[in-house]
Amino acid sequence: MTLLKINKLTKSFGGLTAVANVNMEINKGELVGLIGPNGAGKTTVFNLLTGVYRPTHGTITLADGSQEIALEGLKPHKICSKGLARTFQNIRLFKELTVLDNVRIAMHKNVAYGLLSGFLHLPSFKREEDRLVEESLRLLEIFDLADKKDELAKNLPYGEQRHLEIARALATKPKLLLLDEPAAGMNPAETMRLSEIIKRIREKFDLTILLIEHDMSLVMKICERIYVLDFGMVIAKGTPEEVKTNEQVIKAYLGEGVEDA
Amino acid sequence: MKKILKAKGFKMLTALVLTYIIIQVLVSTNIINDYMQATLVTIFINIILAVSLNLITGFTGQFSLGHAGFMSIGAYTCALITARIPTTWGFILGVLAAAIVASIAGYLVGLPTLRLRGDYLAIATLGMSEIIRIIFINMDDITNGAAGLLTKRFVNWTWLFIFTVITVYFISNFLKSTHGRACISIREDETASEAVGINTTKYKVMAFTIGSFFAGIAGALYASYFYVIKPDIFNFNKSVNILVIVVFGGLGSLSGSVVSAIVLALVSSFLQAFSDVQMILYSLLLIIIMIFKPGGLLGSRELSIAMLGDWRAFIGEKFKALRSRKEKKTTAKEDLDNDPVENK
Repeated sequence: MTLLKINKLTKSFGGLTAVANVNMEINKGELVGLIGPNGAGKTTVFNLLTGVYRPTHGTITLADGSQEIALEGLKPHKICSKGLARTFQNIRLFKELTVLDNVRIAMHKNVAYGLLSGFLHLPSFKREEDRLVEESLRLLEIFDLADKKDELAKNLPYGEQRHLEIARALATKPKLLLLDEPAAGMNPAETMRLSEIIKRIREKFDLTILLIEHDMSLVMKICERIYVLDFGMVIAKGTPEEVKTNEQVIKAYLGEGVEDA
Repeated sequence: MKKILKAKGFKMLTALVLTYIIIQVLVSTNIINDYMQATLVTIFINIILAVSLNLITGFTGQFSLGHAGFMSIGAYTCALITARIPTTWGFILGVLAAAIVASIAGYLVGLPTLRLRGDYLAIATLGMSEIIRIIFINMDDITNGAAGLLTKRFVNWTWLFIFTVITVYFISNFLKSTHGRACISIREDETASEAVGINTTKYKVMAFTIGSFFAGIAGALYASYFYVIKPDIFNFNKSVNILVIVVFGGLGSLSGSVVSAIVLALVSSFLQAFSDVQMILYSLLLIIIMIFKPGGLLGSRELSIAMLGDWRAFIGEKFKALRSRKEKKTTAKEDLDNDPVENK
């Protein structure tokens, strides 16, 4: 079943077309990679999917049961409530807040008490807040962050900040998780652990994942299908094996051979 | 029973009751005379203003320079109502109406201006509050223009104490709720906040509306204690003064705002003895404190009983650090002295 369908997605900034006629389909439960050289438009695709940018042309549709929801033109918080969550290439945590607060804030849309209860701290407030803490801790447990719940996010080591960002994205209860270079800046051991975690959360939360990554060992190891982007266009798609041997991909990454040199 | 005694709320309540009794005793023995009572009332009004502005600027991160505008709306609303119903009930009605009218104004001003960020928002809110002031000057038949309205006194400091406690209680509760956390996340990172499903426009406007609500109450209290209100009281300077209290206490610290409102009022009433150089000394003091404590008195932390304990530990640590630094210096000096002449 197709969960997300991107049709002829285009984004131009003035004269520059960052994303041109991109078509993608992501099935439910898949783990799909999106790769390409620097400046290929990968993050722009993410920003279009999550509503940070409005597409110039094209449609994005998310399957919700038997319904289809058009995502293009919606505000980011609306898209999040439809079930898309993301992490950022350059970590964007709530730095001055605690680890627990970072996760709790992301549960905002599922909190069942009103403004009045917030002002007066009625029983419903207490009940819900207890539930939030409990659920947050369970989530943090997966990333071994539960015992650091009172630490400020900015004080975490780099790798754990990346983990916390994923935990925060999961707290919004997404159907589709978008990871923007989750392994950037990690050493091989950390990357290894990350790939284990990605596998684990995927099973546990019944997730579909789309990830951008430069670390080819990670991409080739965990992705089932890969889309390759260059100059804003999809130049190849298929299994890791197919993509690896695709001539156009090699050309995009390594440049063209010069024959009469 | 034991549980109740140990609860945080109970401790707080005890502290408040004690504070009230102490002030009451001081007032009835005339140690706090009428003149000082006016300072006391100013402190309470400033606490309400600072705490409500801190919600907008310190916690939600929206730089507003128009708080005096919303205060003036509250003041005029309450004054007009108490002029027609000059009783305590009229005053209570006036405060409620002041809060509601001011929050409606806050909502209407916030909706278009909160799309702006940083300096642009500051300028827009400044402009809005000036517009409000000019409107009051020009509505001659209702507000008596620039000359202002004469009002009666309906409240004593006890009323102000109660309203201040209620304000701080409500705003602190709000900040601990999921709505409050949503506001704080906007200050931290607006893009990330949107990405985790928070309607940032809604919460910015909400913070602005709630802040204006309490600014309206502060205005109403002002009109019901001091005998006259006129548009010039609520000018740009007033907004800046409120902002100074907030920044001085620490953006993002409610208790900081409370402490700073008290400290600044005491300082300026103390400085009245040196009336020639009063403003110079006041400004100098602000500059010096901002140099040494750029985050404000309390930074973004909150004052608590546990913190007083921490302070002792903190001072002890500083002392130790100072001593070890001195020791290091002396050893370094010795090292230098002992340094063999090999290098030469």
